[in-house]
Amino acid sequence: MPAAKGVKKIALTVAAAAIAVLFLFPVGITFTNSLMTGQEISIDYGPIGQMNEEAARRAASFSNLKLVPDQVTLEQYGKVLAGSPKYLMMFWNSVFMVVPIVAGQTFVAELAAYAFSKLRFHGRDRLFLVYVLTMLMPFQVTLVPNYLMADELGLLNRAGAMIWPGIFAPFGVFMLRQFMLDIPYAYIEAAKMDGAGHVHIFGKIIIPMIKPALAALVVLLFVDYWNMVEQPLVFLDDPFKQPLSVYLSSINGDTGIAFAASMLYMTPMVLLFLYAESYFVQGIQLSGIKG
Amino acid sequence: MKKWIRGDSAAAWLFLVPSGAGFALFYLIPFVRAVFDSFTDGTADSHFAGLANYRGLLASESFRKAASNTFYFSAVSVPLILALSLVLAMLLNKNLYVRSWLRTAYVLPLVVPVASIVLIWQILFDWNGSVNAWLSGFGYERVDWMETDAARVVVLVVYLWKNIGYNVILLLAGLQQIPKEYYETAQIEGAGRFRQFRSITMVYLTSAMFFVVIMSILNSFKVFRETYLIAGDYPHDSIYMLQHYMNNMFASLDIQKLTAAAALMAGSILLIVTGLFTLERRYRRFME
Repeated sequence: MPAAKGVKKIALTVAAAAIAVLFLFPVGITFTNSLMTGQEISIDYGPIGQMNEEAARRAASFSNLKLVPDQVTLEQYGKVLAGSPKYLMMFWNSVFMVVPIVAGQTFVAELAAYAFSKLRFHGRDRLFLVYVLTMLMPFQVTLVPNYLMADELGLLNRAGAMIWPGIFAPFGVFMLRQFMLDIPYAYIEAAKMDGAGHVHIFGKIIIPMIKPALAALVVLLFVDYWNMVEQPLVFLDDPFKQPLSVYLSSINGDTGIAFAASMLYMTPMVLLFLYAESYFVQGIQLSGIKG
Repeated sequence: MKKWIRGDSAAAWLFLVPSGAGFALFYLIPFVRAVFDSFTDGTADSHFAGLANYRGLLASESFRKAASNTFYFSAVSVPLILALSLVLAMLLNKNLYVRSWLRTAYVLPLVVPVASIVLIWQILFDWNGSVNAWLSGFGYERVDWMETDAARVVVLVVYLWKNIGYNVILLLAGLQQIPKEYYETAQIEGAGRFRQFRSITMVYLTSAMFFVVIMSILNSFKVFRETYLIAGDYPHDSIYMLQHYMNNMFASLDIQKLTAAAALMAGSILLIVTGLFTLERRYRRFME
């Protein structure tokens, strides 16, 4: 019954698309509202943030969520980019923190993940458990000792206070180990038979096979550190050293600027994500992991 | 000796050195120090105080509130997100139109910056926000979302919205690795849909599931960032989490309570992770 099958396919697609719309909704709002005039924004969102005033409680005024701007303009973007040199500076602050972390953690983690997944040594599982445990710990748990450590290493008020702990964070090790576990041990045995050493096995067999996982890790790390807020607030006193995430969270009051700044802020992440996603899918098809 | 050098362990330690050294310096040593601090009295020459800090902590009402909120939030949100992401992954695993577009749409929330979530959150859930506008449009009373128990639901929605897509991708990859023939054979042998789900899907998804569970727990702690940015140091009681408590102890320089709370939280996470880890190993052995 091809007709019934077609109907089912359409129905399932519609259901899945309805959910997708729900997921895209906040991004869509941010995009369209970033194109509104300042005047339109203040009319629409003026009533927000008057929670505690009795008068506002009784007043029937609501904010007016609008998807289509009355007039499309780049006014808000102009204000973000030209109006405040801070934005560009903090953009570079973010880049100079996030790039070394992502590159460093990916490199360090792939080595450790190989040891944890494909090599046998005493205490392996216990040590790995410590990594996972540490990974799950919220930032606040080691706040004080981390602060002291940064102080002793002379990292306070420097980007290094974020970069070094970022490079050695256990997340990458955990993620890559999970992927490496799925690579059959037979590949390694065969390579060993041919006289290959561990460096060779790692570089020529394991790394090519986990490329999709590496792509995913890069995206996840980038997103996570591009968004970091707590660490810079604690470790950096100087407001001019703060990353974009902190600046963005501190835009209060000017909703229009916040929309435009949000769009600019998420653009690198979205582009990286879209690029890596195709790579990711391609990687899975090429590497034959699909089974 | 020669055998030892040629064996795995020497190579293993070489591969581990870069990660291990940095990990020890920036995570392990600080953490051990925090635990050590939690047993001292916090004076300049720091005397051993036994369990006094822990006793004080457990007597504190705000700590108990924070601990139970954190526990309940994870206990509700993690199973919920697992179930929902499994349903979505199975839906996406079916034959659909524009499937890769749909998948991209589900994952996109992951890359949306925290600050813009906070912005949308305000527009939607403010007392004068859009959700209340819609409610009153339908003739319902408006809700003070962030100042009542409803805040819990709002935080849960943000958590689900942000993290489901990631889980879906992982589970989808797992589902696609299960050979179709297994299902066909099962069907011929008369296994029903539920039986197939339990004996094929769930078994072959174990390793992906382990990963998804750990990530979901991790992300359930991370939703604090959004909560903090919208509601500040002292949000409504129902969403006052352990991280709020620790932040506030840091601000008031009560390092003893902070480190004791950290040690207790670490202990609880240890219990949960050990349990999951044991389960995973048992399954892996079972699969091999």
